[in-house]
Amino acid sequence: MATVIVVTSGKGGVGKTTTSASFATGLAQRGYRTVVIDFDVGLRNLDLIMGCERRVVYDFINVINNEANLNQALIRDKRVENLYILPASQTRDKEALTKEGVERVLNELKQTFEYVVCDSPAGIERGALMALYFADEALVVTNPEVSSVRDSDRILGILASKSHRAEHGESPVKEHLVLARYAPERANRGDMLTVQDVLEILGIPLLGVIPESPAVLQSSNAGVPVILEGGSDAGAAYGDLVDRFLGKDLPHRFMEGQKKGFLQRLFGGG
Amino acid sequence: MGLFDYFRAPPTKSAALAKERLQIIVAHERGGRRSSPDYLPALKKELLEVVRKYVPIDQSQVKVHLDREGGYEILELNITLPDEDQRVGQTR
Repeated sequence: MATVIVVTSGKGGVGKTTTSASFATGLAQRGYRTVVIDFDVGLRNLDLIMGCERRVVYDFINVINNEANLNQALIRDKRVENLYILPASQTRDKEALTKEGVERVLNELKQTFEYVVCDSPAGIERGALMALYFADEALVVTNPEVSSVRDSDRILGILASKSHRAEHGESPVKEHLVLARYAPERANRGDMLTVQDVLEILGIPLLGVIPESPAVLQSSNAGVPVILEGGSDAGAAYGDLVDRFLGKDLPHRFMEGQKKGFLQRLFGGG
Repeated sequence: MGLFDYFRAPPTKSAALAKERLQIIVAHERGGRRSSPDYLPALKKELLEVVRKYVPIDQSQVKVHLDREGGYEILELNITLPDEDQRVGQTR
């Protein structure tokens, strides 16, 4: 049975698309047939992050409106086997995302894929609600920053009350926290909320901590999901996150930061 | 952090402030989305029984409302007494 996972956050710019791209890529790398869907109708970006923007012909809305079939719209990743991308429409408006249409496409995808990853747009409007509505599990991407944490809590409330599972009295959507853009040194100094602070406030299990890293921007420049940059800290953190999601018990890395020596503290740098 | 900063007093820990503010606002907003506590219907029923010992009123004349504001809660009871007495009692 396929699992539908929404990557959501409420707030924009926290790393939803980066997380969706790397998470889906990681699942596919580990041998699971995976599709990642962009729900950000009108502002699609997953195609750019995945590096397949020039191969988009048909999109999610075309499939919903029966103007194309899934085989025509799905883009097969050229680097990783088992990985497919369903891009959002850049021109239609979000009203085209009907509950019935989304359900039909998801059900069709669930026939062939093991994991369906839904990249949610920011906000709590139709696109975001549709992305989370049919989810079995949710990756809630949060930055250690007040507005992001508050918006994540709001999204948790929506998952618990407005999802298909909530409305039909089924077992609740399984929630996972992804704390992105974490800077351990700043947290240690007391300038940034710590992992523990955020866990205490949101009260959901931690799936992974992604350190603030130049590798994220570099890999997005190149259209390569950062998880494929295995040598980078953020790439390794996403690798751990995927393994943890699949049930491996791995310790959390990138939470401590590097200890600075006395001279380094004295003369700055780093 | 350079030589000058090293000897300066450490800055205020703004993360502690962020955490405190978040805990308050998140608790408040969660309170708003949760429905009223489950003891309210029972409270309302018992209040009705007590008042009925003295004045004939019915279910619709007792209103119980719980509000959360900042760090405290307000329990509001509104009991409308029958018209023939020509008085409306209100307790809060």
